[in-house]
Amino acid sequence: MSVRFSTAEVDAIAALARLELTDAERKLFARQLGDILEYAVQVQRIDTSGVPPTASLVTSHAADRHDAVAPSLDRMAALANAPDAAPDAGLFRVPRVIG
Amino acid sequence: MTCEAVIGLEIHAQLRTASKIFCGCSTAFGAPPNTHVCPVCLGFPGALPVLNRSAVDFGIRAALALGCRVNPTSIFARKNYFYPDLPKGYQISQYERPLAERGLIEANADYWGPERDIRITRVHLEEDAGKLLHEGFADSERRSYVDLNRAGTPLVEIVTEPDLRQAKEAASFFGYLRELLMAMDVNDGNMEEGSLRCDANVSIRQLSSESLGVKVEVKNLNSFRFLERALDYEIERQAEMLRRGEPILQETRLWDSDSDTTVSMRSKEHAHDYRYFPEPDLPPLVLDDARVKEIREAMPEAPAAKRRRLEKMYGLARLDVVNLTIEPGLDGYFEEMVRHQANPREAKNWVLGAVRAKINEARVGVAQMRSALSPAALASLLALVEKGAISGAMAKGVFETMFQSGRSADDIVRDEGLAQIDDDAQIAELIAGVLAENGDAVAQYHAGKAATFGFLVGQVMKATRGKANPKRVNDLLRKRLDADR
Repeated sequence: MSVRFSTAEVDAIAALARLELTDAERKLFARQLGDILEYAVQVQRIDTSGVPPTASLVTSHAADRHDAVAPSLDRMAALANAPDAAPDAGLFRVPRVIG
Repeated sequence: MTCEAVIGLEIHAQLRTASKIFCGCSTAFGAPPNTHVCPVCLGFPGALPVLNRSAVDFGIRAALALGCRVNPTSIFARKNYFYPDLPKGYQISQYERPLAERGLIEANADYWGPERDIRITRVHLEEDAGKLLHEGFADSERRSYVDLNRAGTPLVEIVTEPDLRQAKEAASFFGYLRELLMAMDVNDGNMEEGSLRCDANVSIRQLSSESLGVKVEVKNLNSFRFLERALDYEIERQAEMLRRGEPILQETRLWDSDSDTTVSMRSKEHAHDYRYFPEPDLPPLVLDDARVKEIREAMPEAPAAKRRRLEKMYGLARLDVVNLTIEPGLDGYFEEMVRHQANPREAKNWVLGAVRAKINEARVGVAQMRSALSPAALASLLALVEKGAISGAMAKGVFETMFQSGRSADDIVRDEGLAQIDDDAQIAELIAGVLAENGDAVAQYHAGKAATFGFLVGQVMKATRGKANPKRVNDLLRKRLDADR
C-alpha cells in the first residue's frame, strides 16, 4: 500500500520553501515524498508505548557555555558575503519586505 | 446581545545575559549596526549553536516566579519561516516540550487584582530576530535594511491562558509581569528598547457561552497605554462585527498608534506552516532537581509577597505599602531605616514624604538618594525628633542640610545650635528676664487681663529663639506667675 502525495501538496511545501518546480519535478517529488511517508507509516506500526521519544541522539548534556562575551566579526567581514549591503551604513540590504 | 472579551497575552522578555543565547556576541543595546554578529547569529553554513547557561538560569527563575513547573527535559525546535530578520531561515525556539508549563497567578494575589486566576500556559526559551529598517533611506521605496545585532538575543516567551476579560485587566497584568521580572532581575523592563514586548490574542463571545470565538492576534502593544487602547479598540471592532452579523476573520493585526486603530497585517499563518521540528544541533535541555532548587533558593522576594510581608510585619496600610513598593528601592530604604531603630510609622511617613519628594525634585534614583543620605543617617535624625532634641518642623530643615552637605544630623544640630532647650532651669532664667523687662504686662495679667499671658509666652519664645517647647514654656510661665500672685 503506497501513500498518495498530491502535486497540490507538493506545491504547498514548495511555496513554503520558496522553491519553483517544473511539472516533471512535481511528479517526481510527489512520488518520492509518498515513498517517504509510506516508510513513516511502516515505522508508526511499531508499538512504542512506554518508550520515551528521542529528540536527539546526543547523550552528553554538558553542552552549554558560560555567559561570556567573545569578539564579534569585523563588520566589513560580516557584510562581505551578503548578496547586497550598504557598507557605509553598516547594514544588509534586501528587497523591501513590508507591505 | 451581551458579549464578553476573552484575552490571552504572549510576552517576550529579554533575559539579562551579557552574551547571546547561542554565541558569544554581546547583547548590549545601541551598538553600531552589525557589530555584534558572528557566523552563528548570521546563520553561516556549518556554524553551530552552543547554549548560554545563564540564559537557562534566568529562564528558570522567570518560570518559577510565575509558579510554573520546570520540565526535567525540554527540547529546542526550529520554527521555519523566511524573513530577512532571521538569516538562518528558522528561529530556534521550543515547541512541544517547553522549558516550563502550568503556572498560576492566583486571584487577588496582589493589590491590583486580578479578580480571577490567571493561568500561565508555558514559558519557553528562544532567540530574538534582527531589526528591519524600512524608512529613511534614498531607496526605501524598494529596499529594506537589516541590522542583526539583536538576532540571537535570549528571550523567554510567556504565554497565558485566555483568562483575561478586559483591556484594563490585561494592562494591569502586563504591569504585574514587568514588575515581577524586574524584581527577579531577569529583565530590565525597558519597553522603549524592546526588552519587553507584548502581543495579545483577542476574541469575543456571548456572555453565557463556554466556547471561544475566532481569535485575532494583535501585535505591537509595546506600552501599557497602547495595550489598553488597542484592546479596547479591538474588542469594540469585533463586537460591532458580531452585531452586524459579519464573520470575524482569524488574522494578525497591528496596533497603529497614529490612527488609534488596529490594521490587518496578515491572515493567520497556521502553526503547521512553521514546520517545527527538533533542533538537531542542540541536545535536549536536561535540568536536574538540584539546579532548579538552587535557583529557587536564590530568588529575590516577589513584589506581591513582599507587599503582604510589609503590611503584616510593620502594621502598614495597603496603600502605603503599594507606594513604598511601586518605586523600586524605596521599600529597601524604609526597611533599612527600621533596622536602624526608626519607628516604622515615622519611617514610612518620611520615606513617602520628604525622601520621595526629594527624589522627584532632585531627579535622582533611590540609589543616588542613598549615597547622598543613607537610611541609617535619616534614622538618626528621627531619633533626635523622638527624644525631643529638635522639633518635627526643624527636622525638615536638618533633612535638607543633610542631603546637601552629607553631614550627620547630630553634627548639624550641634553646630547650628538647633537643639531645643529642654533644661527647665535655663527656661526659668529666660522667663525671669522677660518678666523683669515687662512689668506692665505682668501687672495687667495679675489684674485679670488673661490675654496678656499669650503676649508673655511669645516674648519668652522669642528669648529662646524658638528652641523651647512652647507647651513647656506655657507651663513654667503659668507656674511662675501664679507663684507671684
